[in-house]
Amino acid sequence: MSFNVENYFSDLSTGNTILYYKGNVDSDVINYILDTVEDKMVEVNEQSKLRKRVYNVLVESLQNLYHHVDRVPDDFEDQASEKFGLIVVKKVRDGYRIVTGNFVHFENIEKLEEKIKRINRSSHEEIKELYKFILNHQRISAKGGGGLGLVDIARKTGNKLEYSFKAYNSHYSFFYLDILVNEEK
Amino acid sequence: MEPIIIEGTPKTPTVKFDSTEGVFEIKGRSIPENSVEFYKPLVDWLDTYKESPLTKTVVNIRLEYFNTSSSKCILDVFKKLEAIHKAKNEVEVNWYYEEDDEDMLEAGEDYESIIRVPFKMIEIVE
Repeated sequence: MSFNVENYFSDLSTGNTILYYKGNVDSDVINYILDTVEDKMVEVNEQSKLRKRVYNVLVESLQNLYHHVDRVPDDFEDQASEKFGLIVVKKVRDGYRIVTGNFVHFENIEKLEEKIKRINRSSHEEIKELYKFILNHQRISAKGGGGLGLVDIARKTGNKLEYSFKAYNSHYSFFYLDILVNEEK
Repeated sequence: MEPIIIEGTPKTPTVKFDSTEGVFEIKGRSIPENSVEFYKPLVDWLDTYKESPLTKTVVNIRLEYFNTSSSKCILDVFKKLEAIHKAKNEVEVNWYYEEDDEDMLEAGEDYESIIRVPFKMIEIVE
């Protein structure tokens, strides 16, 4: 293996990690993660506006994994996970960071990166219009996604989508998405 | 027409569609992975209702959370209501949002700008 998918996360393990998960992302796992994070936010009396925003962004991040991850490379250690993903939720100074990781087949990298770049160069108003356009014109795909997840995340957080692709082998990269959800957008 | 009455779950909303009263309600959380499966029966039901609707239909949407895949299905629900409205029946959508939940208010405004049906934005003050 050319790299360890968790190396990136060792930086993240410092500080206040409230959730760490690695493995198959199915419906039960999504429920478990949502409940855990929601309970923890309620426990610390997080203000409702931030709590809702984090919850919304977490739903979209998890369901993006659920609907879109490519299958794992043949030589990857975890072959049992059909939808392999990594997820970290951290409390930071003025909000939360949600980091996801998943394999992307090289054929799909360009399209994904193009989509993120388009979102990142748009103003808040443009993102809002883009959201409405996709909502009104694009059908739900065969995979079950609406094509709105990343746009919605950018709209709700008001922050740029930070991301990277780390080459795993000649066919796959590991994609990290790092989302900051903070009080002000 | 048989009414639709669905109990809410942590991921799907409570639904009450009753054609005798003309008051329809969707309430709670709508965040299923497969939203089409959940909403298709509702859209089909509205398709039948629109053949002989009451002169006034009131729709109450009171969602705490909804995911982007539900957002498309909710638009499909509104499109049926728009057709009823277009056929010269009164249709009114009450879009509820909790105090301070600007995101939910904005979501309602998105629909209001796409769908030609009167919307009323109602803030829930606790």
